[in-house]
Amino acid sequence: MEKQVLRFKVNGDEYEVFIHPKTLLAEVIRDHLGFTGTKRGCETVSCGACTVNINGFSVKSCSVLAIQCQDMEVTTVEGLEKNGKLSPIQRAFLDNGSYQCGFCTPGMLMSATAFISEAKNPTKEQMKESIEGNVCRCTGYNSIVRAIEAVTQGKYKEE
Amino acid sequence: MSHAKYSVINTHVHNIDGVAKVTGRATYTFDVKLPGMLYGKILRSPHPHAKIINIDTTRAMELPGVKIVVTGKDTLGIKQGIWRRYEELCDEQVLPLEKVRYIGEPVAAVAAVTEEIAEAALDLIDVEWEVLPAVYEPLEAIKKEAPTIHEGVERNVNVTRHIEWGDVDEAFEDADYIREDWFKCSGQAHMCMETRAAVSSFTPEGKLTVWASTQSAYYTQGLLAGVLGLREGDVRVLAPYVGGGFGGKFELDAAMFCSAVMSMKLFKPVKVVFTREEDFIASKRRTPMFYYVRTGIKKDGTFCARESRMFSNGGAYTGMGATALYLSGFFHSFPYKWRGYRYDGYRVYTNTLPSTSMRGFGAPQAMFCSEQQIDWICADLGLDPFEVRRKNGHTEGYEVPGQAFIASCGLEQCINEIEKWVKSKGKLPANRGIGISSCGFMSGGIFNWFDSPYSFSSAVVTINVDGTVELHVGCQDIGQGSNTTMAIIAAETLGVKVEDIRVHSGDTAHCPADLGAWGSRQTLMAGNAVKMACEDAKKQLLEFAYAEMGINIVYDLDIKDRWVHIVARPERGLPYGELVKKALRAKDGQRIMGRGYYTPHRKGMISPAYSYMMQAVDAEVDPETGKIKIHEVMTAHDCGQPINQLGLIGQLEGAASMALGYAYLEDMPFEDGKMMNPNLVDYKVIKAPEMPEAGIIEIDTYEPEGPYGAKEAGEGLTNPTAAALGNAIYNAMGIQMKELPITPERVLKALREKKEVQK
Repeated sequence: MEKQVLRFKVNGDEYEVFIHPKTLLAEVIRDHLGFTGTKRGCETVSCGACTVNINGFSVKSCSVLAIQCQDMEVTTVEGLEKNGKLSPIQRAFLDNGSYQCGFCTPGMLMSATAFISEAKNPTKEQMKESIEGNVCRCTGYNSIVRAIEAVTQGKYKEE
Repeated sequence: MSHAKYSVINTHVHNIDGVAKVTGRATYTFDVKLPGMLYGKILRSPHPHAKIINIDTTRAMELPGVKIVVTGKDTLGIKQGIWRRYEELCDEQVLPLEKVRYIGEPVAAVAAVTEEIAEAALDLIDVEWEVLPAVYEPLEAIKKEAPTIHEGVERNVNVTRHIEWGDVDEAFEDADYIREDWFKCSGQAHMCMETRAAVSSFTPEGKLTVWASTQSAYYTQGLLAGVLGLREGDVRVLAPYVGGGFGGKFELDAAMFCSAVMSMKLFKPVKVVFTREEDFIASKRRTPMFYYVRTGIKKDGTFCARESRMFSNGGAYTGMGATALYLSGFFHSFPYKWRGYRYDGYRVYTNTLPSTSMRGFGAPQAMFCSEQQIDWICADLGLDPFEVRRKNGHTEGYEVPGQAFIASCGLEQCINEIEKWVKSKGKLPANRGIGISSCGFMSGGIFNWFDSPYSFSSAVVTINVDGTVELHVGCQDIGQGSNTTMAIIAAETLGVKVEDIRVHSGDTAHCPADLGAWGSRQTLMAGNAVKMACEDAKKQLLEFAYAEMGINIVYDLDIKDRWVHIVARPERGLPYGELVKKALRAKDGQRIMGRGYYTPHRKGMISPAYSYMMQAVDAEVDPETGKIKIHEVMTAHDCGQPINQLGLIGQLEGAASMALGYAYLEDMPFEDGKMMNPNLVDYKVIKAPEMPEAGIIEIDTYEPEGPYGAKEAGEGLTNPTAAALGNAIYNAMGIQMKELPITPERVLKALREKKEVQK
């Protein structure tokens, strides 16, 4: 297969990359564009460390061909912060100690961000389900759920 | 002890690496990219036991883009192991010369311009094998007729360990009741989110720099220097952010070794990252153990004697397994007073994935057996499990004969709190039960099998002219938050704020040597070193303050919240920043520098201090499917003085999730030496929906050996959970679970057997 041009937005900026059509979105984000905040922890679409948002939906970037993102808007963990101001869920993670080694954190934040933007008075079960696809080996998840809860209860405002 | 006297310790402090971690700025070895870097891949053995007759790399070398292919013949062939002091336990050539001993063992390595080319080249390496008979279970491998896995090792017994105190036989004679049971404890994968990874860069002046995902930069430096024939000082190890360790990342691994060997031949940086499958099949696991436990007790519940024999599946090599063998036997006695105690542990080589240390270090297995058997004995004799544990439990001032001295112990309060909690739950619905389990754990090991000539922990603190502080430590932050804990201790000691401290760690070129993150050692050992270094620096500042303030020498001076003052008259003083500026001038411009270290002395055989805890697990069994639902976990926990409040909660919740996984989900089935589920689809870890609430009741004690009274937290809590779940199921269903993990199949089998007996 011939290489193709992919034009898309990442974290608000336009990018143009010349890629093999089989290239995964995770590879383009990390290896071509250098957004290494997005991690990878498996080969089986199981761990969620590579989760990003595509047009507002959380997606595991190892399960998507980059070329499918033609003209779309991708947000990675690097895109959550605006001009040095952290997003509500990022601040809630800090306050609740919702990370330890930090390797799953970018993916967790992206899953949580997509959930929070849609959720209306979610239950604790729904909060837990929102990060069901993300494995964390350190925290035991409860501190992450507490952070999501705090944001959905309006305890953190956009700065 | 009053906590109010501290201004930083045990307050709500954000992790100092937090912003880096929540914004994606934190870079791990996995993210390291150097100019001209090559990518390495490892060819692994498909056989559990086979002689390497020949390896032909010609075809692989011809593939465009391939820069090098190495085998054992391209190395010094040194047998290495982390028990460096004991030659016979250094039994592993990372690229073996003569034979392989497990499926997944490295055989050759390739470096190429891309990862894809390196991967493709693996298929072009031709290996001629002579397949040998293999053995997979310790109780088989120990038989006379079993194949020999390591030449000269009789009956495949790798290490033995005998622990004994008191007159065991006489103590058994005094017992009114004796019970014996066999248990089978499984392995567990560390499953760090960041798989094993290393980037090595060797340059023409003969210096090697290695970025590694490691729990101890110093161990990695020493081990690499040893196998590569370099001086330790010529190897610089950088451990930037590390994506988890859990006891699996402080030995030499194939990512480190193969990347270094290839870089030394090419003078180019080489990166090796394990796939998740490689991480499962070829990085050592928690040690599977067979336990025989015999316990003698008086009618009134007084413990007399215990005798245990343990056979562990060591897999193909020693690694840290030798330590797990000892600690399992020691903690199997915990947290109780035995008049007579005897443990005989046998670590047996098999042709399976080697086993090693993992969070809890042999104690989760030991407690699964001990704490369940105690509940069964209580049921047999009609005794109260809380009362029996209280009656026999460790107390402050107790000496484990010849082994350990217990200077602080909150076990009784832990038991009282959990008893209250369990009773408050009242009567539970059918098929639901609460189980309890207590235990203790060490705060760092006293042993020095690595043969380190350095202090166990060291710290250097430097105060800049503006009052900011550079803290250099060798302890390793692997996500447990040790950098934050050290910053808190430094800020408290110097009397400044956490944001004044910059912690430098994970770099052997700039940080003092330290044994690293294992055995729950850092808070106590590195914490003491940091405290000493800061006290040293503070003393220099205060000496100058005495002269500057012109006060009576009988007054005590101190610094708190950046205010230097007379203790008895806190309003009299001067700002810390001002003092630092003046003190520097008085020292001819030299920055204030303090040094500290810690090496345990006269603290027994195991550890300087012990944490204590009791846990309760509330669980429900579906009698139709055997499925388990965990409703809640509650722990009463004595870690001395908590230092890092958020970090402590996180560590304890995290321990509960990992230990629950071990108890009922995580299984590593092997068939003919091959792991059957080496991926995250089939290897089940706890995910958010299964995770129950896991509350903590902190018990207030003060450990005299720890910095500000602190001791272990976070590792020990992996110990009680499997037993507590087993006891919950026993209380709910009346079945005894003697094998881990407690899967639905095993529950159903036990329920069927119970029915058979009742017929």
